[in-house]
Amino acid sequence: MQLSGAAALIKSLEQQGVDTVFGLPGGAILPVYDPLIDSTIRHILVRHEQGAGHMAEGYSLATGRPGVAIVTSGPGATNIVTPIANAHMDSTPLVVITGQVATGMIGTDAFQECDITGITMGITKHNFLIQSAQEIPRVVAAAFHLATTGRPGPVLIDVPKDVAQSMMDWWYPASVDEYDLPGYRPEVPLDEDALARAVALIGQSERPVLYVGGGTLKSNAAKELIAFAERTRMPVVTTLMARGAFPDSHELHLGMPGMHGVYAAVMAIQKSDLLISLGARFDDRVTGKTSSFAAGAKVIHVDIDRAEFNKIRRVDVALQSNIGNALQALDAAGAAPKSLDPWWQQLRHWQAQYPLVYDEPTTDGPLRPQHVIEAIAKKAEPGSIVTSGVGQHQMWAAQFWPFEEPGTWINSGGAGTMGFGVPAAIGAKVGRPDRTVWCIDGDGCFQMTAQELVTARAEGIPIKVAILNNAYLGMVRQWQEMFYEERYSEVYLSADLPDYVKWAEAMGCVGLRATNLKEMHDVIDEANTINDVPVVIDFRTDATEKVFPMVAAGASNDDLMVHPSQRAGA
Amino acid sequence: MSPEPFLGTTSHSPVRHHILSVLVENKAGVLARIAGLFARRGFNIYSLAVAPSEGHARFSRVTIVVDAESAPLEQIVGQLDKLVNVVAITDLAPSDAVERELLLATIVTDTANRTPLLDLLANAGAAIVDVDPGAVTVMLAGTPRACDELERSLETFSGVEIHRTGRVALPRLGEPAPK
Repeated sequence: MQLSGAAALIKSLEQQGVDTVFGLPGGAILPVYDPLIDSTIRHILVRHEQGAGHMAEGYSLATGRPGVAIVTSGPGATNIVTPIANAHMDSTPLVVITGQVATGMIGTDAFQECDITGITMGITKHNFLIQSAQEIPRVVAAAFHLATTGRPGPVLIDVPKDVAQSMMDWWYPASVDEYDLPGYRPEVPLDEDALARAVALIGQSERPVLYVGGGTLKSNAAKELIAFAERTRMPVVTTLMARGAFPDSHELHLGMPGMHGVYAAVMAIQKSDLLISLGARFDDRVTGKTSSFAAGAKVIHVDIDRAEFNKIRRVDVALQSNIGNALQALDAAGAAPKSLDPWWQQLRHWQAQYPLVYDEPTTDGPLRPQHVIEAIAKKAEPGSIVTSGVGQHQMWAAQFWPFEEPGTWINSGGAGTMGFGVPAAIGAKVGRPDRTVWCIDGDGCFQMTAQELVTARAEGIPIKVAILNNAYLGMVRQWQEMFYEERYSEVYLSADLPDYVKWAEAMGCVGLRATNLKEMHDVIDEANTINDVPVVIDFRTDATEKVFPMVAAGASNDDLMVHPSQRAGA
Repeated sequence: MSPEPFLGTTSHSPVRHHILSVLVENKAGVLARIAGLFARRGFNIYSLAVAPSEGHARFSRVTIVVDAESAPLEQIVGQLDKLVNVVAITDLAPSDAVERELLLATIVTDTANRTPLLDLLANAGAAIVDVDPGAVTVMLAGTPRACDELERSLETFSGVEIHRTGRVALPRLGEPAPK
């Protein structure tokens, strides 16, 4: 069967089971958009290519399947660089297809030419510049294989226009052997010697902590984690990237560690004698000053990516494995710590002494942002998915929304990409139409990508967006208040400009506003009755609210600042 | 004992170097991927040599001399191994490797320097590969140390232009040297 390269590309995506792509056409990718009309694949037409990338991420994080985006060459390709970098930092599987000028024009500074494989070399797991139509099926199959196996990540395929237009004899690789990836070995057998040393270390420990990172979610190991934790009674902390990997309601869960972590979770790590890292990478937002991070702890580091071992922290045992397999092997070996009763006594004391708190809400407003999040969560159906942008609202959502299952918390962790929330929510809702999807956003983040509400309305994707509108770039304001002598430099945004209700209405969405407690409850109830169009709520929140607990940048986690009401003399 | 000087001048020599013999797919952009990785991770490259490998066009062998002070070797190898086009990495400690390098030098000659130059070349085992009335081009294929020594010896001559290839290496046969 003779097919054009473009038709082969679309057919290859169908072969991979792709049901949805996010994109925006343009000159160089025009040939690829033609066979799309006849395909079963749903195309979501975005208003900016960055939206396509974050939607693909949201789709992937909600479903566990790779997200796919298609954009044109030049500015279309550069506009999706931020989502690619974001996915790279958070190990999210993406396949991004970019148009490219015709092969004969490459290198001539042709119209809308840019070297996107060069630009994305450092922020993709791998990328391809297709040379001939005949290799399209192999490259697509290889791209999905690379994106989804081992440590997942974004893979980019650059398709020159003439390659898409030329003809090929249809074929499809039958197995991995035909992908032509001689250097790619995503899985290695478990090192039995390392496993035995891990079991021995666990056997000696009296104050262990399971430090659960995003890799646990990426390897679908939530079930193995619960089994291991319940058998050993070890306390669990879940990083920002792992919220939902272990139920917040579980008695063994201490919460999120790190810069804005729960006191008990941070101190558990600090005072532990054994840290078992499960798909975490000792990010600076978790460790604070590394030299004083869990200074008395031995470390067992389980990761699929061996380059993470000894990168930040010297480890005692490195176990290269996917998380589920490693936990099963540790279970099978009967790894068990000493009695944890004294340890739990200490942990319960910390939990009781310093729970997550915020100031009592006032009736007349402004609203407490933490309270808004809790109120939405209380009225949300179980299993609702939450996305966020980056900043204070993100930290509050991670702290106060009760996450019970994988895939319900979708945020930008490593890259910290403002504007992630709205498009990620759209992608998540497309992937999981059965779930309610809330975007907890900040007013600064919202303004970066909210044009995609048009996409959501036009495509019938009814997300709910809660803007915690404090009229500031809140996290920067918090740092300026605390560390720059309250000198507020370029952080004021205004609560009324833009008018978020009108913005929502102009984009075909329902716009609501709440300035006091009664309105807060009313608009949440109203939003919950709307299931056909997107809803945007402008919650007017207190600009002086700060995220606590907090470890100052570069400080030791021992110097965690708790909420002012919990400090001595308060 | 002072560390073995290499790559010409000791001022540029890393205190601890390692040789990575890297088998890569012979595809467009692979060298850029390697160079880009070293640049963005802050690993130092001291020399780099690339050529098609083992008689077929599918693979190339890249010999990279890295500064094991700039980053832990484990990190360099781990990150390099993640490049999809990298097929195999052999990490060679200098004591476990046979290392060779090629040096080419053109020296301006006159009646006064011709005799000492010829003596020097004979002692170093260098061969004359090109001559004209006013200059001579010589070649030395040898250990990096031999190339260093020849380079230093040639410093006493004026009008010298030197090109070196960077080293290539293979594992020493037999038992590895005790660490």
